[in-house]
Amino acid sequence: MTSIMQEQGVRPPEPISVLAPDGSVRPGAQVEESSELLHKMYRWMTFGRIFDTRMLNLHRQGRIITYAPVAGQEAAQIGSSLALRQEDWLFGTYRDGLACMVHGLPAEHILYLFRGHPKAGAAPAGVNVFGQQIGIAEQIPHAVGAAWGMKLRKANTATLALFGDGATSEGAFHEGANFAGVLKAPVVMVCQNNGWAISVPRTSQTASETLAQKAVAYGIVGRLVDGNDVLAMYREVGAALERARAGQGPTLIEALTYRFGPHSASDDPKRYRPSTELAEWQNTRDPLLRLRVYLEHQGMWDETQQKALEEEARAEVARVVTAALTEPVPAPESLFDQVYETASPLLEEQWRELLAYRKATERGVTFP
Amino acid sequence: MTQRNVIEAINDALTVAMGEDERVLILGEDVGRNGGVFRATDGLIERFGEERVVDTPLAEAGIIGTSVGLAVYGMRPVAEIQFLGFSLQSFAQLLGQAARIRWRSQSRFTCPLVVRAPFGGGTQAIELHSDSLEAHFVHTPGLKVVAPANPYDAKGMLLASIEDPDPVLFLEPLRRYRAARAEVPDGHYTVPLGKAAIVREGSDVTIIAWSAMVAMALEAAETLAEEGVRAEVIDLRTISPFDAETIVASVEKTGRAVVVHEAPKTAGVGAEIVATINERALYSLEAPVLRVTGYDVLAPVSLEDHILPSAGRIVYAVQATMNN
Repeated sequence: MTSIMQEQGVRPPEPISVLAPDGSVRPGAQVEESSELLHKMYRWMTFGRIFDTRMLNLHRQGRIITYAPVAGQEAAQIGSSLALRQEDWLFGTYRDGLACMVHGLPAEHILYLFRGHPKAGAAPAGVNVFGQQIGIAEQIPHAVGAAWGMKLRKANTATLALFGDGATSEGAFHEGANFAGVLKAPVVMVCQNNGWAISVPRTSQTASETLAQKAVAYGIVGRLVDGNDVLAMYREVGAALERARAGQGPTLIEALTYRFGPHSASDDPKRYRPSTELAEWQNTRDPLLRLRVYLEHQGMWDETQQKALEEEARAEVARVVTAALTEPVPAPESLFDQVYETASPLLEEQWRELLAYRKATERGVTFP
Repeated sequence: MTQRNVIEAINDALTVAMGEDERVLILGEDVGRNGGVFRATDGLIERFGEERVVDTPLAEAGIIGTSVGLAVYGMRPVAEIQFLGFSLQSFAQLLGQAARIRWRSQSRFTCPLVVRAPFGGGTQAIELHSDSLEAHFVHTPGLKVVAPANPYDAKGMLLASIEDPDPVLFLEPLRRYRAARAEVPDGHYTVPLGKAAIVREGSDVTIIAWSAMVAMALEAAETLAEEGVRAEVIDLRTISPFDAETIVASVEKTGRAVVVHEAPKTAGVGAEIVATINERALYSLEAPVLRVTGYDVLAPVSLEDHILPSAGRIVYAVQATMNN
């Protein structure tokens, strides 16, 4: 099939990348990042992978209600989030727990979300992580609005919105991108194109050849990036954030990546996804392996360090899991405090009704 | 006759409808290759092809908006919204457009579309996957809102909804999808929209419920029977337009009523039912009509059980009306 872009003589760009899938440096590219930063990236990616596996196990054990795995997308999330400054704001989704952690959200909050604990969205003071959005694309206009506010306040900060390929079909994406362009809002919109919106492949999601090209229609900068190359992600998101802070407007970045696992714990990708595709990504384009091989070739990493890191990450995950699963659930009355700043008389009456019913049943008396 | 659960009954209804009427097509997120996240459309793409079972882009307003166009043009779209909470993105199309086509064109155009959506809590689901939003749609002239409770009604009412000349929101009892199998006839049959069913007869009090709350009301009625209270349970089945006659006749007989729904109390459908009872049967009442509903709050899974109705809360409310 001839594409619209071919017909119009436009060639879609090659994805921007620094490291090739085999861990070698692309011709013409150079790695200038400090070994400290490279180690930080790799440590986060390893922690993310181990955390992910543990979460799926917790679901199998019935200790959390569901989980949206990150495996395969670690570079896209960590590269993006590490480029943020503490005062920048992050607007992510249920799958972006890793990015949220990198930006300072304690890992317990990811577990809170997936055990249905009311504290999930209550980021600690000073942590600018605006929840883990469940509604598809809904956070994109929020990120644009917050960025608009930063512009009005001349705050010299920016926002980062994370979302998936499916989200680009929702009105909220288009309206958000359009507002961002019109208002020149300091926002960076990173689409993690993992190929599949549950069972629907990217090719059925949009007739566009790339998602990045959608930026053109909104008059904003678009970039196509190898999302499994943490260095490329870090640089491109970092540069976009710099442009945003400098008043040069928004950027849409399409990060090409792949979801190794199911959409959520209750999904079975074998029903719709060719196993050869998964194997190809896992075997040749794993973002963790890419950085590890690079680090090993540079003499910056070895098996001993790997073992120590894995052990450390597992211990930290164990600590987080225990802390989050034993965090007491507040009394149900607390729900009435979170409707308005001040509970209305009607709410107070419902609260008393709930208490009366609980009291009656606690006594073991079915009838008043 | 075949034993089917609710999800199998829905799948069967869709199979029958598509086999009988080539205008019927199914569209939504993950309804094709994946057979729907709850398997409601399992096997349909293999049987009827990709043109009639369509995996759409991820856009609820687009799904409903294009369904309006398909319906107006003469097709019979059956759209799936994966969870009723996701219908929020499509309110403009459903409430502001689908519901108004007949009035706006003075019946020159009609909009015979069906929107299927599972709804309600009690399934350990994350936010926006457990909402009971029915009141919003009931408050919209031009929409019909159907909420069957069991496999037999699910199939018969889905076929009736597809045949209906007006837009129908078909609400499916998510927590009852696989709760129990029951005898469901093979082939075509319909259960009329707008007619409630008395699912348990009694003379002391009327309990009115729909969808997943019917099983809970029946459980409460069983407990009450042990205490000597004979409860009549009405399965409303269609929430809009609802069957006021059946409710009023029952309340005239029992003199007492309790309405049960999962949705928040304030301006819920229960308020409309209580008002109707007051308007038409006030002098038959022995006690104020009570409501057992979700409270006017939002709750994550860990606290959901405290907020949603339970058989215990229904018993408690019935007992309060009996002692009044």
